[in-house]
Amino acid sequence: MAQTLYDKLMSVHIVREQDGTTLIYIDRQLIHEVTSPQAFEGLALANRKPWRIEANLAVPDHNVPTTERSSGVSGIKDPISRLQVETLDKNCEEFEINQIPMNDIRQGIVHVIGPEQGATLPGMSIVCGDSHTSTHGALGAMAFGIGTSEVEHVLATGCLWQSKAKNLKIEVNGALNPHVSAKDIALYIIGQIGTAGGSGHAIEFCGSTIKDLSIEGRMTLCNMAIEAGARVGMVAVDQKTIDYVEGRPFSPTGENWTKAVDYWQTLHSDEGAFFDKTLVINASNIQLQVTWGTSPEMVIDINGSVPDPSKESDPVKAKSIRNALSYIHLEPNTLISSVEIDKVFIGSCTNSRIEDLRAAAAVVKGKKIADNVKLALVVPGSGLIKKQAEEEGLDIIFTDAGFEWREPGCSMCLAMNADKLEVGERCASTSNRNFEGRQGQGSFTHLVSPAIAAATAIAGHFSGV
Amino acid sequence: MEKFTTLNSIAVPLDRANVDTDAIIPKQFLKSIKRSGFGPNLFDEWRYLDHGEIGMDNSKRPLNPDFILNNSKYTGAQILLARENFGCGSSREHAPWALEDYGFKVIIAPSFADIFYNNCFKNGILPIVLSNDIMDDLFAYVGEIVIDLETQSVTTTSNTYSFEVDGERKRRLADGLDDITLTLKYEGDIRHFEIEYFKQYPWL
Repeated sequence: MAQTLYDKLMSVHIVREQDGTTLIYIDRQLIHEVTSPQAFEGLALANRKPWRIEANLAVPDHNVPTTERSSGVSGIKDPISRLQVETLDKNCEEFEINQIPMNDIRQGIVHVIGPEQGATLPGMSIVCGDSHTSTHGALGAMAFGIGTSEVEHVLATGCLWQSKAKNLKIEVNGALNPHVSAKDIALYIIGQIGTAGGSGHAIEFCGSTIKDLSIEGRMTLCNMAIEAGARVGMVAVDQKTIDYVEGRPFSPTGENWTKAVDYWQTLHSDEGAFFDKTLVINASNIQLQVTWGTSPEMVIDINGSVPDPSKESDPVKAKSIRNALSYIHLEPNTLISSVEIDKVFIGSCTNSRIEDLRAAAAVVKGKKIADNVKLALVVPGSGLIKKQAEEEGLDIIFTDAGFEWREPGCSMCLAMNADKLEVGERCASTSNRNFEGRQGQGSFTHLVSPAIAAATAIAGHFSGV
Repeated sequence: MEKFTTLNSIAVPLDRANVDTDAIIPKQFLKSIKRSGFGPNLFDEWRYLDHGEIGMDNSKRPLNPDFILNNSKYTGAQILLARENFGCGSSREHAPWALEDYGFKVIIAPSFADIFYNNCFKNGILPIVLSNDIMDDLFAYVGEIVIDLETQSVTTTSNTYSFEVDGERKRRLADGLDDITLTLKYEGDIRHFEIEYFKQYPWL
């Protein structure tokens, strides 16, 4: 029977099925410091050992400072952040788990370093105690976020109970408009289907536009699948995937490489496979996107205006619009391009890869950030990306323009480290969530692509390229 | 984990769609390395007028009188009524930990975000999905609600509504069983699976 990519990967990993749920085998668990301490504690209390130590790879990212780090973990100023990073160090040592520690050049955001190290391979089942684990589906893997009890379960048993998701196909065809990126595609899709549009589904992104995206672009897209409510986002394996994976530290070599490539080439949905839902999008309809509200589905074109709740017929939606506008201090019908910003953040597991930094640098080259911009940050996704960017001279382009060039980590995406917005500050951010308080209590987040974030930093208000 | 059989309680109506886990428990509280004690910071940014941080004495903080959880008529409620896509966003299990620590045992909504829905069952919370129409009835209803897991029913003084829950999850919740112990009963199956699996995919 014709199968979807998701169905294929589910069936390969089934250990046992019973009563509507399935025990699936987990090939890779990625671990970070925020959602793992309680899992390790549970393991220790029950006197259990990790089922398969080599399935796990850990890295601290959420709490790490992005400024100077020469004094190591003991130099983290916030004692509670420091304790979390120290606890990860201690747990990895105690349970003999491979960790890329804070001051290793390979350190970075867990969803950036997985693929970068070849720890993410096509066909794998991958979990992490972080919802943006969907990112790894860009390489034809089945990857999803889990809670801490499940982190402990995977550590202890190598497996996870899952109910099978439905299949949602999102096909994007045609050439993209100038400067429109994977981020704009993601925001556009979420604007179309809503933040619950993908609930209960695994999304497979396909079509000529997706085929033409780089692996980095596919990661940005799959990363945002969770913002459409889908735990899994994926793209079929093609030659780009195989080229990306080849030669990375954890990638197979020799005879195993040949065998792996033979298998990976089967990782696509079969002709005629059944999808529960299909959405077809014409790429030429997608313009540069900016969120105006407090949910990623509250998104408009860069040339658009903030919606007017009085024109919304659905009372629940009208109320959501009113709540969002009241929180974010914007009036209905305001042109988004007239809205001034205080800070700019280029980074996060969504947009901190080399391609993102290049796109932003191309916009800022030879220009200066606007006077009203108090802070503009560029935070590379990993130490290796930082190094590559520096070799390409991108750091100089950014710092000459007035941006700060930082050490890798989650940074201002979620306000768990020193990088956060103050009350009332408005930010153009390349991250993934614009929820109330996400970047700091009482702050206002507008999600954009790296190119728009860069153009906005230069203009001082939201701006196209 | 405590067994779940029946529950008899009033409900707090939280009339907002897309309540995300950042709102349920803001990120500054995720820095705890413990599993308990999150209840006082449940919905922190809506519940208090000041900015909350870990280690504060919450009993001394100014409450937001407009937030429904602070309305004394809902004191002791163990059921939370919510709208579409409750628990969206971050996978943090601190969200169900906070809800449970506060005292909620049941959440009823027209839909839940997937990861949050899973996390509830791991913590003895029963998430119940009912249609928008029924939710409107429940939001308008005043009084005790009876939840019965065995018969999969929600009963008010005037109506009984039935809900779906998959068999395995229901059994685990009803028996208060620890997932890991249960799974390790299938240790032989997992070992057997691995032999064939690694033969076929030797690079993994």
